[in-house]
Amino acid sequence: MEFPIISSLILLPFVGSLFIFFVKSNKSNNSIKYVSLFITLANFILSIYLWIIFDKSSSNFQFVENREWLMGLINYKVGIDGISILFVILTTLVTPLCVLSVNSTIKYKLKEFLIAILLMETLMIGVFCSMDLVVFYLFFEGGLIPMFLIIGIWGGERRVYSAFKFFLYTLLGSVLMLVAILTIYWIAGTTDIEKLYEMGISSEYQKILWLAFFSSFAVKTPMWPVHTWLPDAHVEAPTAGSVLLAAILLKMAGYGFIRFSVGLFPVASEYFVPLVYTLSIIAIIYTSLVALMQEDMKKLIAYSSVAHMGFVTLGIFTMTEQGIEGSIFQMISHGLVSAALFLSVGVIYERNHSRIIKDYGGLVSVMPNYAVVLMIFTLGAVGLPGTTGFVGEFLILMGTFKKSFLAAFLASIGVILSAAYMLWLYRRVIFGKLEKSNLITMGDLNKSEMLILWILAIPILVFGFYPEPLFNTITQSVTNFLDMYNSNIEIYLANKE
Amino acid sequence: MINLNFVYPEIFLSISLMVMLLIGVFKKESSNIVYILSIFSLIILLVLNFNLFDKREIYLFNEGFKIDFLSTFMKVLIISSGIFVMLSSSIYLKATKIFKIEYPILLLSSILGMMIMISSNDLIVFYMGLELQSLALYVLASFNRDNQLSSESGLKYFVLSALSSGLLLYGCSLIYGFSGTTNFNQISLNINEVQYGLTLGIVFILVGLSFKISAVPFHMWAPDVYAGSPTSVTMFFAILPKVAALTVFIKFLYIPFINLIDQWQIILIFLSISSMIFGAVAAIGQENLKRLMAYSSISHMGFALAGLSVGTNEGIQSSIVYVSIYLVMNLAFFSCLFMLKRNNSYFENIDDLSGLSKNHPLLSLSMMITLFSLAGIPPLAGFFAKFYIFLAVVKEEMYFLAIIGLLSTVIAAFYYLRIIKIIYFDPEKEKFDSDHNIGLKFTLIISTILILIYFVFPSSLTNVISNINIL
Repeated sequence: MEFPIISSLILLPFVGSLFIFFVKSNKSNNSIKYVSLFITLANFILSIYLWIIFDKSSSNFQFVENREWLMGLINYKVGIDGISILFVILTTLVTPLCVLSVNSTIKYKLKEFLIAILLMETLMIGVFCSMDLVVFYLFFEGGLIPMFLIIGIWGGERRVYSAFKFFLYTLLGSVLMLVAILTIYWIAGTTDIEKLYEMGISSEYQKILWLAFFSSFAVKTPMWPVHTWLPDAHVEAPTAGSVLLAAILLKMAGYGFIRFSVGLFPVASEYFVPLVYTLSIIAIIYTSLVALMQEDMKKLIAYSSVAHMGFVTLGIFTMTEQGIEGSIFQMISHGLVSAALFLSVGVIYERNHSRIIKDYGGLVSVMPNYAVVLMIFTLGAVGLPGTTGFVGEFLILMGTFKKSFLAAFLASIGVILSAAYMLWLYRRVIFGKLEKSNLITMGDLNKSEMLILWILAIPILVFGFYPEPLFNTITQSVTNFLDMYNSNIEIYLANKE
Repeated sequence: MINLNFVYPEIFLSISLMVMLLIGVFKKESSNIVYILSIFSLIILLVLNFNLFDKREIYLFNEGFKIDFLSTFMKVLIISSGIFVMLSSSIYLKATKIFKIEYPILLLSSILGMMIMISSNDLIVFYMGLELQSLALYVLASFNRDNQLSSESGLKYFVLSALSSGLLLYGCSLIYGFSGTTNFNQISLNINEVQYGLTLGIVFILVGLSFKISAVPFHMWAPDVYAGSPTSVTMFFAILPKVAALTVFIKFLYIPFINLIDQWQIILIFLSISSMIFGAVAAIGQENLKRLMAYSSISHMGFALAGLSVGTNEGIQSSIVYVSIYLVMNLAFFSCLFMLKRNNSYFENIDDLSGLSKNHPLLSLSMMITLFSLAGIPPLAGFFAKFYIFLAVVKEEMYFLAIIGLLSTVIAAFYYLRIIKIIYFDPEKEKFDSDHNIGLKFTLIISTILILIYFVFPSSLTNVISNINIL
């Protein structure tokens, strides 16, 4: 038997959290911090190794493990293909940074926090690797528990309200998906994605099932008008929680759209394209405008996340190679950039205990290093050429132009708006006169902060200039995915006639 | 020739009951011995029952008594949860000064009644078991006789239960009148067409049974009785009678009246939907944990009934899985309640849990796991319970029921989350005592671990239950 590399990726953080659970915590808590750092780093290295041995010329699922699990009919089946592998690496990259950032941000119950973070990692990797709908649902929903606790225990003032809102919104969206999964189980006799791809789901059911899945993913993405939980959750969550939420949890939905909505229900996806376009464009323009008016930095970034995810959904439903590849790229890029931005806000919040933009100004003279990295992230969020943000947005817009000029035109307005709110934020915080007396004493980045932020800045720049390695990985799978999609549509149209 | 081999468990229980009664009468200060003896006799009973697992369909006493896989399985559930209830509640009984010899004896006779109920294959035998069970429960509910609430709850339960028993008996006589027999097998042979009298009989019996499992709209007694009774009795109430009554639901609906499914299915769907929604909504405003658990159990019974309303073997099996998991979750929750003790007084308000996580991290952890599981969040056991139910419901294309049920879980999630919020997010209060006995700790640990690791071996339970094929 082969070494179960995917399962070990999934289980390693879980084992780590068990280990931490049984370790007696001492005052300094150093041991548990090192253990969790070690485990998340090991997981990162394992995922990089996975990337290296991953066969990029094949579009099949690789490293598949299949074990009998539920009633002999639903199997524990995991594996990765070109679409999912990058998300796994993003997860394993971001989690150690979260662990590193706890030093300054988490003041109490560190042990429990690390356990929650590690559990989150297990669940998030599981989401991206699962090849069975029930297994996927299990990981997808399981993430609610640790995230609820992360927001609720270590969050800010309105943490209870935000945690409840986050939990109930997401749960409400997901229960309909559960009904849909059960329905698929009975009409297709399996919930194995590979088999479902082969068989296809009969087109009479597709629309209603698509809507059920959509209700879950739209809440999680989040799409307008069900995005309101996100700003609350982001603002109240501790830095590491916001990072996980923005960088990875939102990507679960984008990934779900590609893998399940488009993959399983091609006919319905084609039918609902106008709906998704409309919602995405409203999200892009409306939330960008809302972001302009925000006074709280975290809230501003949260709204910008909604706008960026609007680009992602737009790109996915163009059903073009550029669009989908662009969306995947945009998700990876947004994962890095938004994680970095939240961490950056965390840095100054730790020093000044305020996230209000008005309380800052002229930081460049006391924190020059900080100004440099924040510039990189701001430009990444704006989508300046040379950063990953540009590549993603450019491809998405290119794909959209192919399908709908109007949609592309309106989405382009969003690009301009994003430049406006991000640069304005940067100007107000970093430039200007250093007038507030309490800011003068603020120290520049310390070593660990430098390390965390540069680890994120480097891939943003490197893959911005040279995105080839990422595209190499995803192209084959996406092409194949689209071929399958198009042939399904053709068969459907032929049958209709 | 009646083969008494197969009723050894019941005979054994009756004899040990009488022996313990004698010990109680003749030996002074014997409550401790009786308590321990009754736990042991339950364990022996469990072993005796395990021997019957390979027996399929044995009829005794003129086909009035039936031993099959279903009855044996349900008896095992009942007896083992009885053991855990007794193991976990001894400290509570001592602290509230109701540690008397009558308590274990009443508990055992109630279990005896349930065993008869479960095995019954005849309306009269069934009624006999039901009454034995209920009579013991009336006394148990008012066992803390110095407490006004406890006496009130006993009386309330007695009056309402007697009313429902009356309705049930009336239903039995209607069915006897229209089918000419009280035996389940005979009834199914004798009825050929839909007769209104028969339908009326079914409705009356369903009303009586719904009362026992506290399905809406026959739930009125539950919150008061749950809150008023001693917590150990509440724990008993929340688990054992429900399992027994649900078994009777299965036997009664699916053996004699399966052909009349069109007549009763809609009633069951109504009971199920109203219980799920009412239980979830009404629990939101509760401040007392026992009251809250009453509403929670109402809503859980709604889910179990949803499985029964489907009318297939999968549906029956899913509801049996549901009660098995429900029972473990309740054991865990109530053992947590037994741990909220300070200076020999117990706390049962939600606010008393405030900040529990700071002083009692492990207790809070297991409470949180139990609550998330009750809310049905994956990957905990409670999710799988609901998963099986809805799998069966969706198979018969009853999407309406599935969607209503799942939406009610979202409402229910709110009040479970509220408790978790109070435990984890609120400021701490005084410490509770931590001198718990081994039995209590054991119950809590076992049940929490079962809830937690169920997802690793989900098939182990379903494989056993898939042997139950009524249809």
